[in-house]
Amino acid sequence: MNEQQQTLWGFMRQQSDKLLEQTIQHIGLTFISLFIAVLVGLPLGIFITRRKQFSGAILGIAGVLQTIPSIALLGFMIPVLGIGPKPAIAALLLYALLPIIRNTFTGIEGVDPAVKEAAMAMGMSKWQVLFKVELPLAMPVIFAGIRTATVITVGVATLASYIAAGGLGEFIFGGISLNNTNMILAGAIPAALLAVLFDFLLSRLQKLNLKKLKTATKILPLLLILLSSFYFIPSAYGSKLRAGFTPEFMGRQDGNLGLQQKYGLKIRTLVINDAVMYKAAYEKQLDVISGYSTDGRLKAYDLVVLDDDKKIFPPYYAAPIIRENSLKKFAGLENILNLLAGKINDSIMTALNYRTDYLHQSPERVAKDFLVSNNLWKPARNGNAGIVRIGSKIFGEQYILANMYSMLIKGNSNYDVATKTGLGGTKICFDALTNDAIDFYPEYTGTGLLAILQPSPKTIDSLTGNKDATYNYVQEGFEKKYNIKWLKPIGFNNAYALMMREKQAKKLKIKTISDLKRYLESK
Amino acid sequence: MIKVEHLSKHFGKVKAVDDISFEVKEHENLILLGTSGCGKTTTLKMINRLIEPSRGEIFIDGKNIFEQSPEILRRGIGYVLQNNGLFPHYTVAENIAIVPQLLQWDKKRTEKRVAELLEKLHLTTDYLTAYPNELSGGQQQRVGLARALVADPSVLLMDEPFGALDNVTRSKIHQEFKALDELKRKTIIMVTHDVQEAFELGDHICLMDKGKIVQDDTPAGLLFKPKNDFVRGFLQEQRLQLEFKTVKLFDVWGWLAPRPPKGGVVKGKSPISSDTDLWTGLEQFKFDASESINIKSDDEDDVRSASFEELMSAFYQYKKQQAHE
Repeated sequence: MNEQQQTLWGFMRQQSDKLLEQTIQHIGLTFISLFIAVLVGLPLGIFITRRKQFSGAILGIAGVLQTIPSIALLGFMIPVLGIGPKPAIAALLLYALLPIIRNTFTGIEGVDPAVKEAAMAMGMSKWQVLFKVELPLAMPVIFAGIRTATVITVGVATLASYIAAGGLGEFIFGGISLNNTNMILAGAIPAALLAVLFDFLLSRLQKLNLKKLKTATKILPLLLILLSSFYFIPSAYGSKLRAGFTPEFMGRQDGNLGLQQKYGLKIRTLVINDAVMYKAAYEKQLDVISGYSTDGRLKAYDLVVLDDDKKIFPPYYAAPIIRENSLKKFAGLENILNLLAGKINDSIMTALNYRTDYLHQSPERVAKDFLVSNNLWKPARNGNAGIVRIGSKIFGEQYILANMYSMLIKGNSNYDVATKTGLGGTKICFDALTNDAIDFYPEYTGTGLLAILQPSPKTIDSLTGNKDATYNYVQEGFEKKYNIKWLKPIGFNNAYALMMREKQAKKLKIKTISDLKRYLESK
Repeated sequence: MIKVEHLSKHFGKVKAVDDISFEVKEHENLILLGTSGCGKTTTLKMINRLIEPSRGEIFIDGKNIFEQSPEILRRGIGYVLQNNGLFPHYTVAENIAIVPQLLQWDKKRTEKRVAELLEKLHLTTDYLTAYPNELSGGQQQRVGLARALVADPSVLLMDEPFGALDNVTRSKIHQEFKALDELKRKTIIMVTHDVQEAFELGDHICLMDKGKIVQDDTPAGLLFKPKNDFVRGFLQEQRLQLEFKTVKLFDVWGWLAPRPPKGGVVKGKSPISSDTDLWTGLEQFKFDASESINIKSDDEDDVRSASFEELMSAFYQYKKQQAHE
């Protein structure tokens, strides 16, 4: 435990620059959104106290916005606002609206009608009644709404890193992808502290000014503007091309770290979620992205893979990994799973991925079509000899593979199947496997090596580029450490790759990563 | 002077106020009396345009109130609410100074006026910085009254001003209310459902029912010449007490023996004024065998004395005469 704390502290100290930058970005994002949400929500809330016929509709819309999953909302924003801070702020602001509008409405509605009547009867105008009576008396309730909105916004702002808007989400999602607990905590703890801190500060502000509300109404906007400006402090450094890398890629030796060390590549980099990365490249929001070599969107968006001429990306051959216990429990399962071995090469996998990712065909259909055309498909036997639990990570290729395995098991054995697809990144999937929540899932040799076994750089160097050596190394390592067995490789190599738009790459004559570096350094 | 002509207020199909007309003379105190839902509060609120009428005209001192902006109109009319409607986030001083602030008085003038009113309403200056929730119900109501009076408006509207107070506090405030010199210069319209209060404070009473005025009369007129059974029924329960409180000693003057009875003016007792009501007169008796009280006429320099029986007999004579008129 002590060691754990020290390493977390060590990590935070080592990454203190980045941590500070992310924290400041996070505060900035939170308060820009909050500031705009107050600017929009407060007048809207006041408006619906005056025109009650709109109150249902406006509160309803704000409520529905609140229920849209944040990732989906961010996704909707990209076609309209691109990537980066703009869509993130827009999405955060939409989340913050409901508590502010609703509490403004409730607060003003809750003002004693006798007091309002007295104010009017004294000869106050409508605006005077609003500013001298209704708003001051509703202020505690409105404040509570702003506090709720603040806490929500601090939380949701972690997702901003999905669309290259920065913030503490970079560490959190990078950490999840990289199976790096310290990295997750280095993002999660400051985010939680920020939420608690802001809630506390706002509550103090509220109590301090219970009677002297006039000052509070003046301080609050100033404070919001001040904190909002934080976002702009980390200055953007210029470069000819803009790269977007996933949080996982950012922290990996076979990712951005390797690019910097072995190629000396210096490029303006944004952290972005891979779900929106390809589209952003296609829409010219980004020029260079970190993708997977078998991704269907490669084909869909006319992207080309840059040749890894210095071989920093290790091979990522896919194979099912399975618990030894499960192999014993389900006799014959190994042979069934090996039916796929060697059947799918890179171009087949890319084509299959293209069908799900771009043509939006269901993974079931794609899986079945493939099995049928390879004479592997058999009708389900509907047996009940036991349930095999299949896991998959949260992207299309894994869904297709999980579906193929499911059909193979049902058709060739009397076992039934439960699929637990969409288990997030490597860490979540692998933890599910070691904790006996699933029996097997498809994993990649490179991931097993670098994300799970994490051997010394020297060992990695000795394996790099060699497909069989890597496979053998992870097979032995998993067997020894986790009692987990690697079955035969399926055939394709879904390695990391840098990609660019085909047209741009041709125009700039960039074919390899070294070409890219030369181009960036030329004037 | 307030003049109301053919005033109506319809809420959808409900006729809350249905074509009523009345007049309040300068410095007079008019009571709108009735059960809840009779339209009395709606009528009151139309006079400072908190409610806009469906039809009808209202004139204050000859000026049509619908020809000025409601804000300006209201700043010239004092308004007292049942639940006082004090601003909970303002101190007592700030509450009283609301209208002066709207009228942009200078600070000194406001402070002087606030201090003056506090003294008249028996509140010490300690209360200036207190907040309404730190005051008792009676004190809050006094602050509400001070707020309405601060800019010395000629017209005062009061919506059940003492309705939320307990009986002891209420009768005490009634006494203060009657004694307050500022109120004697005001034209007042007060809404109440309390018959006692109406008779005690009103020069004139409009008894309302279902949006209409059933009878617009003096307290004595309502008691002794009720227009119909509704009026009679409305006052029935407290009739005797109301009569004693309404009839003044000078009303029965004629039936008292013209000269002090034998034994002359009772010694050791200062005479009471003939402007006193009968109830107070009767309260002077200690119910000894042959006790008498002395009554002094205001206009003539004349003193008469009467025993309890003589006073009661005079009262019945007066009542009989009223009924036959």
